[in-house]
Amino acid sequence: MPTSKPITRVNWFQFAAPQRFYPLAGKLMPWFAAIGVILSVYGLYLGLWVAPTDATQGQAYRIIFVHVPTAWMSMVIYVAMAGWAGAGLVFNSRLSSMMACALAPTGALMTFLALWTGALWGKPTWGAWWVWDARLTSELVLLFLYIGFMSLHASIDDVRRADRAAGLLALIGVVNVPIIYFSVKWWNTLHQGASVSFKGTSMATPMLIAMLVMTFAFWGYCIAVVLKRVRVIILERERHAAWARAEMGVA
Amino acid sequence: MTGFVVVLRRDLRVALRRRSDTFSTLIFFVMVVSLFPLGVGPEPQLLRTMAPGVLWVAAMLASMLSLPRLFADDHGDGTLEQLLLSTHPLPLLVLGKTLAHWVGSGLPLVVLSPVLALQFDLSASSTGVLMLSLLLGTPILSLVGAMGAALTVGLRGSSALLSLLVLPLTIPVLIFGAGAVEAHNAGLGVAGHFSLLGALLLVSLTAAPWVAAAALRISME
Repeated sequence: MPTSKPITRVNWFQFAAPQRFYPLAGKLMPWFAAIGVILSVYGLYLGLWVAPTDATQGQAYRIIFVHVPTAWMSMVIYVAMAGWAGAGLVFNSRLSSMMACALAPTGALMTFLALWTGALWGKPTWGAWWVWDARLTSELVLLFLYIGFMSLHASIDDVRRADRAAGLLALIGVVNVPIIYFSVKWWNTLHQGASVSFKGTSMATPMLIAMLVMTFAFWGYCIAVVLKRVRVIILERERHAAWARAEMGVA
Repeated sequence: MTGFVVVLRRDLRVALRRRSDTFSTLIFFVMVVSLFPLGVGPEPQLLRTMAPGVLWVAAMLASMLSLPRLFADDHGDGTLEQLLLSTHPLPLLVLGKTLAHWVGSGLPLVVLSPVLALQFDLSASSTGVLMLSLLLGTPILSLVGAMGAALTVGLRGSSALLSLLVLPLTIPVLIFGAGAVEAHNAGLGVAGHFSLLGALLLVSLTAAPWVAAAALRISME
């Protein structure tokens, strides 16, 4: 009677070592990059071709397919960054802090894109490139928080002290994310309230589907870029180790 | 409590002996406030509208100017290390230093603000609202600034970095502080603004010394 092979458990914590995570990130990155590219093309096709014209805004609303995903990513990436920074502080793990450093530039880019596409959308619809309402102001503060994180990290020479200080700063700033999210509920803002929630949506279905496809596309792009960046950071920080030197091809 | 009182009295005494530091911050505040009417023109209605925002921003900038000194001097001569090694709770000692910093920088701003409000032809009741908003808001600037100062202790170019880190976190204080005076001018109630300022003060009073102490331990290892 054939005996079945016992199921071996995977020790996921082995991937907390930079040496082990490096090849894993290398294997995962192309998949997320592919998701990003393919879903972007499909999402843009759906959004720019298939989705109907908006009843009130006409064609100008189509920037939603970039604006909303980038805004969502800017908030998600900040929370992820603060989470990894917190893990680095609590567990004193190098890789967690490296992940926080890898997330910051992408998060800052998403925040900038959200602000910029928002301005491009605001001009034809609200008549103004910028208004100082609660959501826009708190999103701008988020951009400053990202830049502050990167600046603080860059200005401390000892990289582990830099990790800890910038990590604490990221945790201090995480209070801004709920403020951005709830700003349209708490204040009388010009920015539109939430039209998509777990309870339902007021958007037309083709528009919603296109927006969700673009959201997943941005998730794929961001994860791919962050994984690539964390690989570079790992090599930079572990350059004294034998495996890293072998990887880079130096003696 | 003893540690808190000792640190508070020491810092106040040092500030009293080095009065030039306090005065230069105040002169900076006065000068910045005086520059705005020169820049935007003397039209009274415009100045009256601008006054709360201008005074608030100047208070924030003056606060940023004096914050690096919170820990820098002690870091330079080794006192900070001794504070970290003492048996007193570090958050309490940080609170003492922050309170001394506020008495030396924020409180004089509050006292000086009516004189500057005169330059902007602000009414008496609006000046009163402005003073109260500064009274509630400048301690928050000192407390949040203490967190930033603790993170940037001993770094080169720390004052610019400190401003970059602290100013985004103090934007709500600016919004509610200046907004209180604007609401009063518009005839709306100020209770909401002051409630939120009070809440921010209580939250920062509770959390900021603790976070600043953690930041000091990170910076000083």
